[in-house]
Amino acid sequence: MSMASRVRIQEADFDVGAELAALQGDRTDVGAVASFVGCVRGHTTEDDVSALTLEHYPGMTERAIEAMIVEAESRFGVQGALVIHRVGRLLPGERIVLVATMSPHRRDAFQACEFLMDYLKTHAPFWKKETTPEGERWVDARVADDAAAQRWGLASTNAGGGQGGEGGAR
Amino acid sequence: MRLSLKYFASLRETLGPGGALDWQPAGEPTAEALRAWLRTQSDAHAQALAPGRAVRVAVDQALADEATPLRDGAEVAFFPPVTGG
Repeated sequence: MSMASRVRIQEADFDVGAELAALQGDRTDVGAVASFVGCVRGHTTEDDVSALTLEHYPGMTERAIEAMIVEAESRFGVQGALVIHRVGRLLPGERIVLVATMSPHRRDAFQACEFLMDYLKTHAPFWKKETTPEGERWVDARVADDAAAQRWGLASTNAGGGQGGEGGAR
Repeated sequence: MRLSLKYFASLRETLGPGGALDWQPAGEPTAEALRAWLRTQSDAHAQALAPGRAVRVAVDQALADEATPLRDGAEVAFFPPVTGG
């Protein structure tokens, strides 16, 4: 699989079934394909979010995720991986991100998928802005996401640590 | 030294997208020194890049820290903590 095709940042939606089928291709040595789909959660009891707008850092975002996949390959028995992340304006229920991994056995695929998601949440340059009845607001980074990344031994002070400040207390 | 400066998310909204910058550092050219110098450029910069605010920095499209040295021609980006996924 080429490096260009396994990380995609795009405005358009994706077809999960078609992407998983393309990832596996005609390989017969794959025993497990694990995937995670993140969706826009809106109109909940806590937050009346009517839309999300996602921004990224063209160039760096792709490079950062590619490096994450290389790291996942070195840690787990990963035979292939795919990350698609959408940007632009998205509505509740829409898919934001697809992470898919495959391996001979399920454990590596599950772990690599969760590792990539935890890494992405704390180290990939994306920013979310919520639209609510009160107006628009940037989403604060969560310390819980740093803790999730730290479980894998990843240094992560995205929300907390560093210069601290208002981003770290939620 | 000549730098390519970028801002993202809330910093882009208040400071603009950035651009080419000619900077004569007084001391060691680090990300911290650049951030401190940028704070002197306007009230908006002073507020957005204040020492207590959570601002992350990337140098040449890799996450960096404040002590990271800058070379001539470097791309330096400042942005809030990331919130993708």
